Amino acid sequence: MTFYAVMATFSPLLGGCIAGLFGCLWPIMSMRLCQIITTGFVFLSALCAFFLFKKVGLDHTVIVLPLFSWIDMGSLQVVFSLSIDTLAVVMMGIVTFISALVHLYSIGYMARDPGISRFMTYLSLFTFFMLFLVVSSNLVQLFLGWEGVGLLSYLLIGFWYAKPEANLAAQKAFIMNRVADLAFIVALGLIYAVVGSFELPVIIDNFSLLKSTVFSGFGGSVSVLEVFCLLLCIAAMGKSAQIGFHTWLADAMEGPTPVSALIHAATMVTAGVFLILRCSALFEGAPFARSVLILIGALTAFFGSMVAMTQNDIKRVIAYSTCSQVGYMFFSAGLLGYAGSMFHLCTHAFFKALLFLGAGSVIHAFSNEQNLWKMGGAAKLIPVTYALMWVGSLALMGIPFFSGYYSKETILEIAWGSSGVLGSLAFWAGLLSVLFTAFYSGRLLFLVFHGKARADERVMAHLHESPPVMIVPLLILSLGAILGGYVGYGLFIENKHLFWGNSFNTHFEEVILSSLHFLNEKNAFIVHVFPQIMALIGLFLAFVFYIWKTTIPGKLKKQFYELYLFIYNKWFFDELYEVFFVKPLWSCGNFFWKQGDRHGIDGGLNGVAKAIYWFSESVKKLQTGFIPHYTFVMVIGLMMASTWGLLQFSNLSFKDVFESSKAYFQGSCVLDKQDAVKPCFQKEDIDDRNR
Amino acid sequence: MNQLLTIGLSHYLCVGGLLFIIGIMGICLNRTNVILMLMAVEVILLAVSLNFIAFSAFLFDLMGQVFVFFVLTVGAAETAIGLAILVAFFRNQGTVSVQDMEKLKG
Amino acid sequence: MDIFDGFPLLSLLIFLPFFGAVFVFLIPQTPGKTEKNIKNTALFIAGCTFMFSLLIWGQFDPSLGSYQFVENKEWLPGLNIRYSLGIDGISLFFVLLTTSLIPLCILGSWESIKHQQKEFLIFLLVLETFILGAFCVLDLLLFYIFFEGTLIPMFLIIGIWGGERRIYAAFKFFFYTLTGSIFMFIAILFLYFKTGTTSIPDLALYPFESSLQVWLWLAFFASFAIKLPMFPFHTWLPEAHVEAPTVGSMILAGILLKMGGYGFLRISLPFFPEASYRFAPYVCGLSIIGIVYASLVALVQRDIKKLIAYSSIAHMGFVTLGIFTFQREGLNGSILQMLSHGVLSSGLFLCVGILYERVHSRDIEAYGGIVSFMPLFSVFFMSLILGAIGLPGTAGFVGEFLVILGTFQVSPLMVVGAGFGIILSAVYMLGLYRKVVFGPVEKIRFQKLKDLSMREGSLLFFFVGCMFWMGLYPNSFIGALHQPISKILEYYGRQQDALVPIFKMKNSIVFNEREL
Repeated sequence: MTFYAVMATFSPLLGGCIAGLFGCLWPIMSMRLCQIITTGFVFLSALCAFFLFKKVGLDHTVIVLPLFSWIDMGSLQVVFSLSIDTLAVVMMGIVTFISALVHLYSIGYMARDPGISRFMTYLSLFTFFMLFLVVSSNLVQLFLGWEGVGLLSYLLIGFWYAKPEANLAAQKAFIMNRVADLAFIVALGLIYAVVGSFELPVIIDNFSLLKSTVFSGFGGSVSVLEVFCLLLCIAAMGKSAQIGFHTWLADAMEGPTPVSALIHAATMVTAGVFLILRCSALFEGAPFARSVLILIGALTAFFGSMVAMTQNDIKRVIAYSTCSQVGYMFFSAGLLGYAGSMFHLCTHAFFKALLFLGAGSVIHAFSNEQNLWKMGGAAKLIPVTYALMWVGSLALMGIPFFSGYYSKETILEIAWGSSGVLGSLAFWAGLLSVLFTAFYSGRLLFLVFHGKARADERVMAHLHESPPVMIVPLLILSLGAILGGYVGYGLFIENKHLFWGNSFNTHFEEVILSSLHFLNEKNAFIVHVFPQIMALIGLFLAFVFYIWKTTIPGKLKKQFYELYLFIYNKWFFDELYEVFFVKPLWSCGNFFWKQGDRHGIDGGLNGVAKAIYWFSESVKKLQTGFIPHYTFVMVIGLMMASTWGLLQFSNLSFKDVFESSKAYFQGSCVLDKQDAVKPCFQKEDIDDRNR
Repeated sequence: MNQLLTIGLSHYLCVGGLLFIIGIMGICLNRTNVILMLMAVEVILLAVSLNFIAFSAFLFDLMGQVFVFFVLTVGAAETAIGLAILVAFFRNQGTVSVQDMEKLKG
Repeated sequence: MDIFDGFPLLSLLIFLPFFGAVFVFLIPQTPGKTEKNIKNTALFIAGCTFMFSLLIWGQFDPSLGSYQFVENKEWLPGLNIRYSLGIDGISLFFVLLTTSLIPLCILGSWESIKHQQKEFLIFLLVLETFILGAFCVLDLLLFYIFFEGTLIPMFLIIGIWGGERRIYAAFKFFFYTLTGSIFMFIAILFLYFKTGTTSIPDLALYPFESSLQVWLWLAFFASFAIKLPMFPFHTWLPEAHVEAPTVGSMILAGILLKMGGYGFLRISLPFFPEASYRFAPYVCGLSIIGIVYASLVALVQRDIKKLIAYSSIAHMGFVTLGIFTFQREGLNGSILQMLSHGVLSSGLFLCVGILYERVHSRDIEAYGGIVSFMPLFSVFFMSLILGAIGLPGTAGFVGEFLVILGTFQVSPLMVVGAGFGIILSAVYMLGLYRKVVFGPVEKIRFQKLKDLSMREGSLLFFFVGCMFWMGLYPNSFIGALHQPISKILEYYGRQQDALVPIFKMKNSIVFNEREL
């Protein structure tokens, strides 16, 4: 089994390294070979993950395999290891499976791109880091994978490096994540200071210690556990593009579409959810952090779906949809519905990857056009893509018997069943989001495939179905989007104790879901039927707006123009950040540089130098260059020196000399022989006289 | 009265002092000619010599007078060298005016 | 160890480059003919020194707590000042850093130094002797001599082979560092007259009165803080880096700055523990300010070298922060941070040098889209940038991470400040990379850019390899650091309880009774 574990984790790395070294840095392999190698290794990894799933997921064993000691410092031990429990193996399955399909799809999608070897390398490396993140049992290793996927996401978003927007978007994604990662780093410091270990089992064993240790100050106290979970929550928000940190996700759509499917829909953005689920045992003791999770999740679900309704770029619509769906996972995790959260993560991975890849196919067909308003009427020309997009969208909307239905239903049930204001808030936000989701999904479908063609003749003439290498992955994913829910529900939710036994502590969820069975008819209607009705209303509205009465959207836009702008500009988050963070930082930097360094410190030092210079400049004037002046000074100096010497050696004071010379000029004292040679008065004499 | 007419040590010293001051003045206030300066140096030497001689007579000690010979010899040599430098200087710079000698000006 | 017993390994190591310099000096210089010979000779000598230091590493026993390869001879017998050498784990890695960087610097200057190549190489080798000496000596007076000696060749390297304002920069560099060192010299004299010895191991055991410690500590601090450099004594660094030739910047950032940190570890902490405690909060505060300040300033730079110089200041902030937490993690972290910065910053400066040789501009705005023509260069540059950002798996992360772990134990608040610096480092470094390497190809003259030559490629490969080695397997360094750090911490461990509250925000965190 360890063989499978190692193979599953490291074969993408191997493939990526081979392709990277021999395909990009030292190009001796053909592009085709690079594609085959990377894809092959990822498929191998997926195969191994499948076996692992069988072993770990179905036979309920846990694999722990230490690899090597990264830091060994007495008190501080960090050991990299492969530790695979059910949670990890499910995530591994998703990652390797989707990644393999995306690799396959990329062969077709990126066929014309000269940098395809590099692209495949990045994809494989990304897969490795994601797996490395998933299989870690300690937070430092997890952080390494966490940053690794961030890096590869950066590289892939900026894959087309000649596009300035792509580069900016990549940088933005990295930095946004970096900000959130600060929370992760602080969390690491905190857990080390308190527990002294990064191993998750050890941390969880110290649960009560973490709960009883408190930060106090400012008149209150908060347990370390709360702080820790809150920090992890922030870190997860960054990775999962939750509200506040979401701005990078939409911009990340500048990258190639397979990247969006793999990284920005199926795997990396759900790493935040994964982190929370990994630490679920800790979140259980942190009610405040969980409330934050719920609030953030609900808000994002609402916000994302709302913004998605107004976007015009096909990929951006799906990106905001991702935001919103991950929001569902967040609040479900916050409501202790871990299994539900993970379930939605899985189904979402399938249908969202399907949607993105389908969108890629559409973009491909429309000659790299991404604007919804320049598409239309493509249904008959690209029927397979059309059908698959419908499947993906239906799954996303949560229409019964598609996968999204099961997972979203579970989450909404959890929200409904949980007591408290936040639970019902999450439920209503989720319900409203269902409406929005159906609306924007319908809008997307109708604008792209129905109505009259808005693209120009040339594009329409060129409109074609994608090659099989792109369609086959879509078909496989659509299978997942259709059947995944049914299979997953049986496995993940109905048998959750058995299945998740070694990963989650799910007794809370148990309480919630079991209480649902005692709901009366009316409430059951709200939970079970209402979401479907909402979805249908949404779809119908989209139909009315974009097929039937196409003038309505324009009118509404005019009517509520401020609201429209507010939504269209994503609640002005980017602008706010610009004003509150970017600009001040830059002006701070400028200020420190110009005022601090140049004027302050250097100015001070140069001032000292200048003062010395000025002093010597003025002293210099004394040097006239005339010998007479020098002589004069010399003579004066000699006279002063000799006077001083005289006074010194004769025990006379200046006053004595003055008095005696006064006496001399008054004629009372005559200079005679002895006086000339010897001092006139001895000090004693004067003292005697005074007496 | 008697005291006034007798020329004593102090008179010599006064003359010596005066000569000395004149020499100093000659150096310090002179702006025109380096030769004047050399002469002023000679005057200073003379003043010193006078002091030596006065004290020599006053103390009945020949040492002072012997010393004066030395001073005169050295003074003569010094004047000779000074004049030689002066000639070289004149050749080089075309002037012996003190005013123009300001190479050391800061 | 046996076969080398009594053999003056360290003296040989230190003076090998010096004799090499003499040898290079004796090679007659006929233009166009012997230049190759001179370069090869210098490279050979530096390579020998490197091999020699590897031998020393091989012979080094990390489990011993005492100094190793000790040499102790009469030097000034009447004054009780001895010529004593010896290394422990801390010095070992700085010696290795030095000996490995100098051959790379010689290779780096292979074509970029156009005139007076011979003199340049002589200065470089002499500089190596001084630096190695400073890291190996166990006598304060000798330390001062070597420490100050580095100024002269560096001054000449900046002043002769530098850019336009090289004279200003060289003088600024010289006077700044000299000012600090004067205080150090006075302190050394004072120590000597007070204790009658200048032996570092002996002085470390001498109990100074606390009032005295304060002044002596401040005097040493002046020197080391300027050398490191710490905010607000840092303004010489950007100037010197910008004007220095590529190789000068590499040495300056790579090794010379580390002498400040080394001084803290070797002198300030063991000699004056009470004063160090007393000043630690201020030093940590200055470090945090320095990190944020330098990062912010780096953000707005247009000059590539200046940007990297300011990032150096920020990174050095982590070093002082780690040292003055008095935690094992912090000390380990700051040493690793110094080593990693030695590799990263010199690698980055080399990258800038490579660009400058081709484009002749240091202005960020003058670049753009060079990845299309120099893909290999871009890969290496990217790796180094990632290291500078502190991405896990690279050298930069280990140091920063350990420093942060150490810092958290004394003050969680400071971690946030330092973390702010980490975020900003990503902002300015990625911004630099984006503007220089990515972007559309608008500048036609870049069409002629050649990718790395074999020489440049192997140089950068070495840097990047080192960086990943340090990032992926830091254990190879941590092992040898254990003993010397324990020795430094011996005193502080006892005082921990009494003195830690100075740091802490009042009652900010109540820890359990885990051994700190």
